[in-house]
Amino acid sequence: MSSTLLECRGLTMKFGGLVALNELDLDIRAGEVLGLLGPNGSGKTTFFNVVTGIYAASAGAIRYEGSDISKLSPQQINRCGITRTFQRSRLCLELSVFDNIMIGDHQRLNNGLWFNLMQRARLETQIREAVDRARELAATFSRTLSEKLFEPAGSVTMIDRRRIEICRALISQPKLLLLDEPSAGMTHEETRELMDDILLVRKRIPGLTVVIIEHEMNVIERITNRCVVLNYGRRLCEGTYREIASNADVQQAYLGQS
Amino acid sequence: MAQKNATSLLAAIVGIALLTGFSIYALHAENEVSMLILLAAGLGGAFVAHKSGFAARATQGLQTHRQAGNLCIVFAFAVVVLVFRNDHFALLQLATLLLYSAVCIGLNLQIGYCGVMNFAGAAFFGVGAYTAAVLATHTQVPHPLVLLAGGLAAALIGSVLLLPVLRTRGHYAALVTIAFGTMFRSFLEVNDTLGGPQGLTVPGLQILGWKLSDGPELFGVSFSFYVNYVILAFALVTAMFILTKRIKRSWIGLSLDAVRIDETAASTFGIHIVRWKITAFVIGNLFAGIAGAFFAMMTGFVAPTNFTLADSLILLSIVVLGGIGNLWGILPAAAIVLLLPEKLQAIQEYRFLLYAVAVILILLFRPQGIFPRRLRAFIPGWGNAR
Repeated sequence: MSSTLLECRGLTMKFGGLVALNELDLDIRAGEVLGLLGPNGSGKTTFFNVVTGIYAASAGAIRYEGSDISKLSPQQINRCGITRTFQRSRLCLELSVFDNIMIGDHQRLNNGLWFNLMQRARLETQIREAVDRARELAATFSRTLSEKLFEPAGSVTMIDRRRIEICRALISQPKLLLLDEPSAGMTHEETRELMDDILLVRKRIPGLTVVIIEHEMNVIERITNRCVVLNYGRRLCEGTYREIASNADVQQAYLGQS
Repeated sequence: MAQKNATSLLAAIVGIALLTGFSIYALHAENEVSMLILLAAGLGGAFVAHKSGFAARATQGLQTHRQAGNLCIVFAFAVVVLVFRNDHFALLQLATLLLYSAVCIGLNLQIGYCGVMNFAGAAFFGVGAYTAAVLATHTQVPHPLVLLAGGLAAALIGSVLLLPVLRTRGHYAALVTIAFGTMFRSFLEVNDTLGGPQGLTVPGLQILGWKLSDGPELFGVSFSFYVNYVILAFALVTAMFILTKRIKRSWIGLSLDAVRIDETAASTFGIHIVRWKITAFVIGNLFAGIAGAFFAMMTGFVAPTNFTLADSLILLSIVVLGGIGNLWGILPAAAIVLLLPEKLQAIQEYRFLLYAVAVILILLFRPQGIFPRRLRAFIPGWGNAR
């Protein structure tokens, strides 16, 4: 079908005696929405942390667009076009919504000392462009959010905070977006809205590859093309939602021995 | 709308005038009773101004009419200087206040913006002071360059200190700077070349043949030579203030905030933690060093007792009282912390106690400081556009 965007081979992450990822082999195909499933502690978030460079893998390789990124720093990996959201919101609540979104665009902003201190006119133009960009992106999710660009992020609703996180990850126009349980802490109604948003993003940015960690099965069914189930840091099985839902191993991993 | 704008400008002008009058009386006050009355009046006035919305209106006026507001501030400063034109002591206090504020602007950049703790503010101030003492005594380096060298020396020593600071986080980084502050003082005390505990004398500042230690005479009115220093210190603080404000209102300010609030999230969005910590630490220490060099050449004397850990803590309390991350709070906080104990000599025995109580009270009732941090307005006046 399509080419592989990211491929992991023998990816292992140990924390002392705990093996969070155990020789994991996993492929992410360009343009797909991949659901990452598995019981608590199966290594899903650790996988995100290793791919984004927050943890250095104990062993194994991560090839992204053909080159190994497992030794790169988080900053370098971000520059390759990989961004993420966090399971527990990591927004800067005391900063404005605009500030939070622009943190995601750091690589494209001119951070030179001379430019920022002395060339204020040019900086101002860049800032105004950035405001337009952030407003447009926020407006694709929610009109009200785009009107609250200069309010503190801590003053908006939970679902809008999640949207800010997604905007922060999308503003840099990444190729690979990692969503860590976006529905965590949301009501059913909010979850549904959020999934509409994600589908919308997919429609607007056709080439975007998304990996989503999720526990809500109807979410998985609705938005993923393909799923991978992890258990004890290994790949338990993969396939479409229907295939994995009827898989006996998966049922056992989730529900225990029957 | 236009009328509303005009009233806010009026409020700003009245506010500045009131503050100026208050400062003049406070600097004049010589006995405890008048000082206590002033203190009560100040607190009462601040309370009324806050509750009646006058303070908010005045701040808004300053923000919407930036040029007019700035002019008023400069004018108010000129009035204060003219009133005290021949009062050495008041002018020295004023200049010291300004120089301490300069250090606090640097500390605010480090602690308030980037989150790098620095418990050695006075030590970096001291590095600048001693550099100036040595250079001005033993070399012919022009004095403006001596000031700069003082700043660079502080920045350089700060960068060496960065190696352990960057490897540690939070309290541990703070401990590294405490250790440095303590070591710096001991080093000065045992170092005979630097005068040991007696310290060194420093020649007065001279810029392009203009000797600042000669009192000027204008239109037949003679001024204290400290007027020169006060004006120059004001210029220095203003420059640092503007630079720091610009840092805050730029992508750099945003990156510094991101580093302070969440290093992990910041690094996943490509922000280089180390780069920004270095930037903030070096610029902050540069400010402290320049202020220190200036201080040394103004007072004509440096000694280890001026640059102790206690002094660093005083600097830190100014930052905390004024509001971490807010530059406007520094000057009033510095006035409270530095002038109050000077003016209330009779209770000197208890001044640290009272002073500690004041800090605790403020932290209890206004934990963000007198002036809380505000949302970033990248372009001035943004906040009011809403």
